[in-house]
Amino acid sequence: MADLTWRPAPRSRLTAASPPRSPKWRLLPSAAILVLVALTVLVVPLVVELNEQYVDLAVANRPPSAAHLFGTDELGRDVLLRCVYALRVSLTVGLVAAVISAVVGTAVGALAGTVGGWFDRVLMRVVDAIASVPHLLLGIVIVAVLRPSLTAVIISIALTHWLTAARIVRSEVLSLRTRPFIDAAIVGGASRLRVLTRHLLPNVAPQILLATTLMVPHAVWHETALSFLGLGLPPHAASIGNMINDAQRSLLTGGWWMSLAPGLLLIITTLAVSGASGVWRDRLNPKRRTELTW
Amino acid sequence: MTRSIGRLALRRLAFAVPVLLVVSFALFVLAKASPFDPVERYFGVRIIGASPERVAQLRENWGVDEPVVAQYWAWLRHAVTGDLGDSLSLQQPVSEVIGDRLGWTVLLVSAGFTLALLLGLLLGTFAAWRQGTWLDRLITGGCYALEAAPVFWVGLAVLYVFALQLRWLPGGGVTSGSEPVSAGGVAVHMVLPVAVLAISQAPWFVLFVRQNLLESFTQDHVIGARARGLPDHLVVSGHALRTSLLPFLTLLGARLPELITGALLVETVFSWPGIARATVEAALNVDFALLGALTVMATGVVLLGNLLADVLYSLADPRVALDG
Repeated sequence: MADLTWRPAPRSRLTAASPPRSPKWRLLPSAAILVLVALTVLVVPLVVELNEQYVDLAVANRPPSAAHLFGTDELGRDVLLRCVYALRVSLTVGLVAAVISAVVGTAVGALAGTVGGWFDRVLMRVVDAIASVPHLLLGIVIVAVLRPSLTAVIISIALTHWLTAARIVRSEVLSLRTRPFIDAAIVGGASRLRVLTRHLLPNVAPQILLATTLMVPHAVWHETALSFLGLGLPPHAASIGNMINDAQRSLLTGGWWMSLAPGLLLIITTLAVSGASGVWRDRLNPKRRTELTW
Repeated sequence: MTRSIGRLALRRLAFAVPVLLVVSFALFVLAKASPFDPVERYFGVRIIGASPERVAQLRENWGVDEPVVAQYWAWLRHAVTGDLGDSLSLQQPVSEVIGDRLGWTVLLVSAGFTLALLLGLLLGTFAAWRQGTWLDRLITGGCYALEAAPVFWVGLAVLYVFALQLRWLPGGGVTSGSEPVSAGGVAVHMVLPVAVLAISQAPWFVLFVRQNLLESFTQDHVIGARARGLPDHLVVSGHALRTSLLPFLTLLGARLPELITGALLVETVFSWPGIARATVEAALNVDFALLGALTVMATGVVLLGNLLADVLYSLADPRVALDG
C-alpha cells in the first residue's frame, strides 16, 4: 500500500488484432509457388526423357548429390523425379476428388435449401450423421469395399468431403431465398428449376469455388494418408504417401532423404494453396479474416 | 439447471442412437455391395477342391444368402449382447480384438489430447499477448506449417531424430525386447508418440485461442480491467481468457474425429499396439466384422464427445439456452 504515486502505464501489449498486412504479402509467394509447382508437374514429364520407375540398383540408397539432387531410393530410383510424378498424381487426385465432392455437395445442399421443410431436416441430419464418422475411417471402409486403386481413392475422398460444401450451399441458398430478387423472379412466373439455376446457384458460385479450392489440400492429405497406410494407390505408383511409406524402411538404416523431400514438397504446396485461397476468402468474406502473420 | 442438462443429454442420446443405427446399417449395405464373398475368402484356393455340399452348408450356416435386413438384424441382436462376431483377418472374436487394443489407444489419445490442450492454451495465450513480435510470428508460422504437414511425416522425422540419431528414447512398441510390460517402460515408450500426436493437434488450438484472445482484448470488461490498473497477466488470465475459452469447449468436441484420425496414423508410425494396426489389417483383408465394429465405435466416441462438449458449454455459460 506504500506505492500510491501515479506512474504512466507501461506500453500496452493487450491490443486488438492489428490490421493484417497487405494481402500481397501472402498472395504473391503463394501464387509464385503454385505456378512453379504447376509448371514443373505439367512440363517435366513431357520434356524430360526419364522414367520415374527406372530402377538402377548400382546407385541405390545414395544420399543427395549433384547427379541425384534429392538422392535415390532403395531401388536406385531418383527421388526428385519421383517427387515430381508423385506431386502430379497427388494433385490430380486432389483436384478431381475436390471437384466431384463439390458437385455432390452443391446438389445436396441446393436440394435441401430449395425444397426445405422435413426433406431439408432429414437430409441435414443425414449429413450430420456422416460427419460424425471420422473421415479417414470412412475413407478406409470405402477403399476396403472397392479394393485399393486410383478410382477407389478418388471415390473415398469425394464421399467423405462433400459435407462441407453441402452445408455451405444450403445455408447460402436459405439466406438468398429471402431476398427480394428471388421473390420477384417467383412472382414473374419463374419455375423452381429456373430460380435455382438462374438466380440461386450463380450467386452461390463464388462460395462453392472457394470451398472447392480449400478442399484440395484436404483431399491431397487424405490420399497421402491412405497411401501411407497401404490402402491407396498401387505400391509401385509414385505418390507422396507411397514414397513416404517406402522410405519408412530406409529410415531405419539412415536414409532420411527419401522421406524428407516428398514431405517438404507436400507442405510447401499445401501452404501455397491455402495461402492463395485464404486471400480470396478474405476478399469474399471480410468479416472472417484469417489473420496470417508470416 | 441440472434438469435441463439432463434433458439436453437425453435429447442428444436420442439423436445418437439412430445415427449409430444408420451408420452401422450403411456399413452393412456397403459390405454387402462389395464384390467380396466371405465364404470364398474362407476357403481361399481350397474352394476348387471343396465339395459343393460343404460350400452350400457353410453358406447356409453363415446366412450369407439371406436378405441384408435379416442379416443386419441378426448382427444387431448379437451386438447388443456384446457379441460382435469373429474377425476373419485376426482369427479372434471382434470384441476380444477391440478389448486387447482399445486400452492402448485410449492411453495414447488421452495423453496426446491433454498435452495438445496445454500446448494450445499456453502458446496461444503467449502469442496473443505478444502479438506482432517475432515470437508470435514464430508460433503462428510454425502452426501453419504443422497444419500442412502430414502427421505420419512429422512422426517419421521425430522418430529419426530422437530415436535413431540421438537414441534418447525408444522408437516403437510399448516394451523393449522381451521385457514384460511395466508402467515405467510404457511411460518411456509413450513419450514420442504422445508428443507427435500432441504437436499435430495443437496448431488448431493455438490459433483458435490466439484469435479469440485478440478479439476479447477489445471487449469492455477487459478494457475496464486494464483501466483499473490490473497487471497484464491478471487481465489476460482472469478476464480475457475466461470469456474467450467458451467457444474453445465446442472446438474440443469438433476436433475429436481429427484426433482419432491422427491417432490412427501415429500408431502406425510408432508400431503402437492399438486399434490402428487392426483397422488397416481389417481393411486390407476385407474383414468387415472388425472394420464395421471399429467404425461404429469411433462414431459413438465422436457423438459422446460432442455431447460432453455441449454439456460443459452449458455448465460454463448459463446464458446458453439448453432447449434451443
